[in-house]
Amino acid sequence: MQDSRFAIRDSTTQLHPEQSDALPPASSLPNPSFRILHPDAQDHHVARMAAVALGLTLIENAIPSPLPGVKPGLANIVTLIVLQRFGWRVAAWVSLLRVVAGSLLFGNFLTPGFFLGLAGALSSLAVLAIAQHLPKRAFGAVSHSILAAFAHIAGQLGLVYVWLIPHDGIAYLIPIFAAAALVFGIVNGLIAARLLLRFAPDNPATKN
Amino acid sequence: MQHLKVGDILLIICAAIGVVFLSLKIWTGAAAERAIIRSGGKIFQEVSLAKDQQISVPGHLGISIIRIEAHRARISSDPSPRQYCVRQGWLQQAGEIALCLPNQVSVELVGRDKKYDSLNY
Repeated sequence: MQDSRFAIRDSTTQLHPEQSDALPPASSLPNPSFRILHPDAQDHHVARMAAVALGLTLIENAIPSPLPGVKPGLANIVTLIVLQRFGWRVAAWVSLLRVVAGSLLFGNFLTPGFFLGLAGALSSLAVLAIAQHLPKRAFGAVSHSILAAFAHIAGQLGLVYVWLIPHDGIAYLIPIFAAAALVFGIVNGLIAARLLLRFAPDNPATKN
Repeated sequence: MQHLKVGDILLIICAAIGVVFLSLKIWTGAAAERAIIRSGGKIFQEVSLAKDQQISVPGHLGISIIRIEAHRARISSDPSPRQYCVRQGWLQQAGEIALCLPNQVSVELVGRDKKYDSLNY
């Protein structure tokens, strides 16, 4: 782990008394509201995974889509892998960080697009919280991916209906979105399953 | 296939059936029961689709012929220059409509209850 690459860790190590005599010990800092956050290994891991997810979102945004809202959701591959490897909490962190940071990156923070992404991510995470308890022997990443994809589109359409277009007409779009969710759910799930197998925990190259 | 487990395949099959079912359910409109024929903006005649017949409707340019056959309706002949409404072919679901704008004749199919009041462009 090359923690020193992260600026936030750099500043914390500088403030440590044994490394810099000029500064007072951290405990006796004059301003009590000043707090140093010590990101641990897991925080770095979450950040790294969110960055990978963000990269995939960036790539995905460059792919033209036939219909607004029909997107492969490549970033969810990362969420699926993290879910399997590190559990739901870390997956939720990665997914939500990706949504917020992605919206800042693309300049749509707090716009309808951002809330749609957030609604999709939240409902996927809610379904994944249940789906992760499916028997591991019979259900793998592909199942998680399909269920999450359906939840994603259900959450988004739900928000569209209650907030943006309160008209029954959007029901006509459900089959298109559901079919897209199924196709991309399978594809993303297969990619995630393949990566999970390739970088299995017993593989020393992927040790964290 | 080492990436797909038994449950995954079952889920894919169930989801695919679900999507197909949903599409049929949502995209198949209600059955049409009557055809409303308009000319010059006024209702010229409202006919049941149960009976096969041919109706001549006088319009702005001339006479449009509307055919009703096997619970479907179409405009089979019209004096409008581009023939859009003729080429539209058979209408069979409630809510479908064929408009011959130059001749100001239209055929609209309705079911038991109308889905919307008007169409706007």
